[in-house]
Amino acid sequence: MKKWIWRFAARDTRGNRARLALFVASMVLGVAALVSINSFGDNLRGAIDEEAKTLLGADLSIESGSPFNERTEAVIDSLGGIQSRRTSFASMAYFPRTGDSRLVTVRGNEAGFPFYGSVETDPPEAASSYLQSGGALIDGTLMQQFGITVGDSMRIGNIAYQVEGRLLQTPRESAAVMLFSPRVYVPLARVDSALLALGSRADYEVYFRFEDDRDADAAIDPLRAELRDYRVGADTIEEERENWNEALTNLYRFLGLVGFTALLLGSLGVASSISVYVRQRVQTIAVLRVCGASIGSTVWVYVLQATAMGLFGALLGSGIGVGIQTMIPLILADFLPVDVAFRISWGAVLMGSGIGLGVTLLFALLPLLSLRDVSPLSALRSTVESGTRKRGPAWWATVAVIGLGTTGFAIAQAPTIGMGIGYAVGILVVFLALAGTARLLMWALVRRPPRGVSYTVKQGIANLHRPNNQTLTMTLALGLGTFLVTTMLISEHTLVNQITFAGAGESPNLIFYDIQPDQVEPVRATLEQEGLPIMSEVPIVTMRIHAVKGRTVASLREDSTARATWAHRREYRSTFRDQLTDSETLVAGEFDGAYSGQGSIPISIEQDVAAELEVETGDEIVWDIQGIQLASRVTSIREVDWRQMQTNFFVVFPDGSLDRAPARYVMMTRTNTEEASAAVQSAVVRSQPNVSSIDISLVLGVFDAIFSRIAFVARFMALFSILTGLIVLAGAVLISRFQRIEESVLLKTLGASRSTVLRIMSVEYLVLGVVASLTGIVLALAAGWSISRFVFDSALAIPAGPVLLIMATVVALTVVIGHLNSRGVYDRSALEVLRSEV
Amino acid sequence: MNTAASNDEINSLEKPGVDREEKRDKENFMFDSNQEVLSVSGLAKTYRSGSKPLTVLDDVRFSIKGGDTCAIVGPSGSGKTTLLGLCAGLDSPTSGSVTLCSHPFGSLSEDERAEVRNEHVGFVFQSFRLIPTLTAIENVMVPAELRGRHDVRDEAAALLKDVGLGDRYDHFPSQLSGGEQQRVALARAFINKPDILFADEPTGNLDSETGEHVVELLFRLNKEAGTTLVLVTHDLELANMTQRVIRLRGGKVVSDATGAGQSARQVDRIQENFVGV
Ligand SMILES: Nc1ncnc2c1ncn2[C@@H]1O[C@H](COP(=O)(O)OP(=O)(O)O)[C@@H](O)[C@H]1O
Ligand SMILES: [Mg+2]
Repeated sequence: MKKWIWRFAARDTRGNRARLALFVASMVLGVAALVSINSFGDNLRGAIDEEAKTLLGADLSIESGSPFNERTEAVIDSLGGIQSRRTSFASMAYFPRTGDSRLVTVRGNEAGFPFYGSVETDPPEAASSYLQSGGALIDGTLMQQFGITVGDSMRIGNIAYQVEGRLLQTPRESAAVMLFSPRVYVPLARVDSALLALGSRADYEVYFRFEDDRDADAAIDPLRAELRDYRVGADTIEEERENWNEALTNLYRFLGLVGFTALLLGSLGVASSISVYVRQRVQTIAVLRVCGASIGSTVWVYVLQATAMGLFGALLGSGIGVGIQTMIPLILADFLPVDVAFRISWGAVLMGSGIGLGVTLLFALLPLLSLRDVSPLSALRSTVESGTRKRGPAWWATVAVIGLGTTGFAIAQAPTIGMGIGYAVGILVVFLALAGTARLLMWALVRRPPRGVSYTVKQGIANLHRPNNQTLTMTLALGLGTFLVTTMLISEHTLVNQITFAGAGESPNLIFYDIQPDQVEPVRATLEQEGLPIMSEVPIVTMRIHAVKGRTVASLREDSTARATWAHRREYRSTFRDQLTDSETLVAGEFDGAYSGQGSIPISIEQDVAAELEVETGDEIVWDIQGIQLASRVTSIREVDWRQMQTNFFVVFPDGSLDRAPARYVMMTRTNTEEASAAVQSAVVRSQPNVSSIDISLVLGVFDAIFSRIAFVARFMALFSILTGLIVLAGAVLISRFQRIEESVLLKTLGASRSTVLRIMSVEYLVLGVVASLTGIVLALAAGWSISRFVFDSALAIPAGPVLLIMATVVALTVVIGHLNSRGVYDRSALEVLRSEV
Repeated sequence: MNTAASNDEINSLEKPGVDREEKRDKENFMFDSNQEVLSVSGLAKTYRSGSKPLTVLDDVRFSIKGGDTCAIVGPSGSGKTTLLGLCAGLDSPTSGSVTLCSHPFGSLSEDERAEVRNEHVGFVFQSFRLIPTLTAIENVMVPAELRGRHDVRDEAAALLKDVGLGDRYDHFPSQLSGGEQQRVALARAFINKPDILFADEPTGNLDSETGEHVVELLFRLNKEAGTTLVLVTHDLELANMTQRVIRLRGGKVVSDATGAGQSARQVDRIQENFVGV
């Protein structure tokens, strides 16, 4: 490349460097997001590799949802090594001192596990001492909730434990999961065996440590098929590492995509500012051409400038990204199984800056290509239309590269190909919809400008249509941020609304379950004693599918051409009754409420499951209930309204058909105060310790906690796009500064006062802010509607107050940034303006 | 108006230029006074704006020999600027041909025409057209640097000194007055020792006094360098300073007077025409 191009490119940025820096600032945060997330991701992978052993805590684990059968025990025996067993189940913990009770996850442990890593407790020695003394370790949340202290007594089932310490860090558990159900560690030998009686749900695990350096994968692989037949799973360090890696890679990659959105928005800002910047350089380019510069070299001058800008932005972005990286472990803390040390991943920095530079260049190229059409005639007369033909083959080729590059990157970054394509399409739709809505609103304003308004308002609106106006860019920049925030707000509101609605009114809010048939009477009596209504009393029988339409699930699973879905594999919790409930509607066949005892049992199936199983009325399904096979025939298919606070079922059997199966009952009631709820739960747990209960308000609270953690991460990621939007706005305002100064000088010459000029400017920004925020909100309503309709399956709930607040904030921000950037416009003297060319 | 007097004045203003002699030798070797530097034949330009075509130039033909000075005059809108643009290869004619320094523009690409301009052409614009981000001296250096020369600072400095801006090298255009800017533009036009200089109303944006000073400089530099000069102007006084005057009207050449024949009589006629416009 000719030397003068370099020289000229450098000289030509004089007096514009601050402005160019601001243009490029709009992509800095996007790069920062990519660098920070991906660098963190690399560290995370490293940490998981290093701590893979502690993730499982053993060389191998074997686990099952029911007690191991003889054959499995033989396998366990043959594997040898050092073994440690653990049994986990949900049960009520009762604290006699305070009288509180709560559903917890009980883990009965043996000494030894974890073989790698450690259980950390407060006080530290409690981590091992509870196994000897027969005490318990409990979660901090539980201690906090009820004011439990070390030394208190706790009862689970019919066995009392002394609380010996608080659990801090344990293998295979992350904080988010524990919110659902707090952990309680007790010695396995002291677990109340009544709680593990036939029909109870519990997880049985054996952990192995092999001292002979045996390859755990090689040892277990030949046995997997057989174990699977008994519904016994096996897990090795390698698998555990891969599982975590996959899950967390998906998480941070997804976050990376969100960051990429900020980069795309910023690039649109870059393209828009550059297009105005080069239009202001048409005369310069024309003169160069008269003096003998080739078309290519003039384009190169500005490509070089864009490259320098892009490099600067990429470096700055990477620097900021590394800074942000230190914050990410704090933000994701609740979702991480391991501590992630801070280390700069140069690969991520290189990738982030490379993508930043590439995207900036590509977007800058769109306006730069039009420089080829600048005619040297422009130097002779300024009216010559120059650089107006924009959509040549090269332009479309650039657009295609941007499109393909974005999609390609999205596919590479997204957890799945479908998500990557979905992201690319989604982002295109959002940008197009934002641009379309903005255009429409602006058009409405021009076509029918508000009548009878003052000159200042008219002039302010007209300003949005000035040549080279940045209105569309500014609306996009502000609109995207508004859209993201409002969509999150609406989704959150819809969800919370749905849950509170479920818990409100006259619907049940306290559920008792795992009630054995002979306990139904006593529990009912306790509830009546407390003056509570029994709103529902439903038997549940746990079962699996043995065969559908004559084919066994086992044979389906072995046949690679057949489809064995979740519906084939899942454990069904079915009920029996003689009629349909309010939340059910028949869609096919007829509901048969009684069973004569002859032939196959007539059953009713929920429509989604029926679709998955590919069954229709008349088809046969054989069920496996605790090893006993039971033939049934589908006689009806139901639609179920899952939103109703009811015990809803996939499969309903008729009365009299499951009399001899082991049933557990669920009872629902409604309490009006927290105290009443606590009192009845304690009363039930004291007399029937194996009966579990859960208060809807607790579920709500847990849900809220989980959701707010996810929302926090989402907000953090959205912040990149919102801030980018503000920077793009600032850049767009700045680039039209010269026009503003000219306009202001003209108005001043015509006798306009400072306040008139300021008012006109305020109107301009006010209208812009309103249009942009409306654009974002309209789109967010559409997105919120689809989310509530297709994801949450509920009615859209619009938090009007907060949405208006968002709008007010966006408008205020627009006006403030506009005024800040236009500071001193009025004070520029006419002479100064006439003399400065840019 | 006494043309001879003006010319004398200019001659008396003459100062020794930088390697003027050497330059003249070299250039004259290429295009001496017997060779055609610019030749235009059957030139026509038609703009299509809207439905009806607008013919701005119609069958224009003339040629200019090395070292000649020539003025193109005519009322506003008569096609002077269009003609100049075509002569310099800034635009393509609808029909006809332009040959500049033995290069037929018709067969050259845009970039090749630019190269020809860089090598043979200097340009002075009515509105100066300095590059706002470059200092005075850098503006002067542009054509030379485009040619791939990088040791031209001294040359440019000498030229700037020659146009009386020896103390303004590092000033930006916005820090210079109109006359000063046009003088920088003159220096820029001469840095590559062009064979032909095109000037489109070089005094059009200047007050008469400043304009006169710029014109003096233009003619002096031109004479020193032996450059062919094609000047578009409204200003009859200015037109009178050239050896030849081509009159355009409605896109057609209505008269083409050369040498001593370009007399006071003709100037009167021209004046008549202008008054008539
Ligand atoms: N790009 C164009 N499109 C249409 N008409 C043009 C264009 N450029 C110049 N003209 C017309 O050509 C005519 C001659 O213009 P010009 O060469 O500038 O005349 P002059 O320099 O003699 O004043 C004018 O009528 C002008 O309006
Ligand atoms: Mg003209």
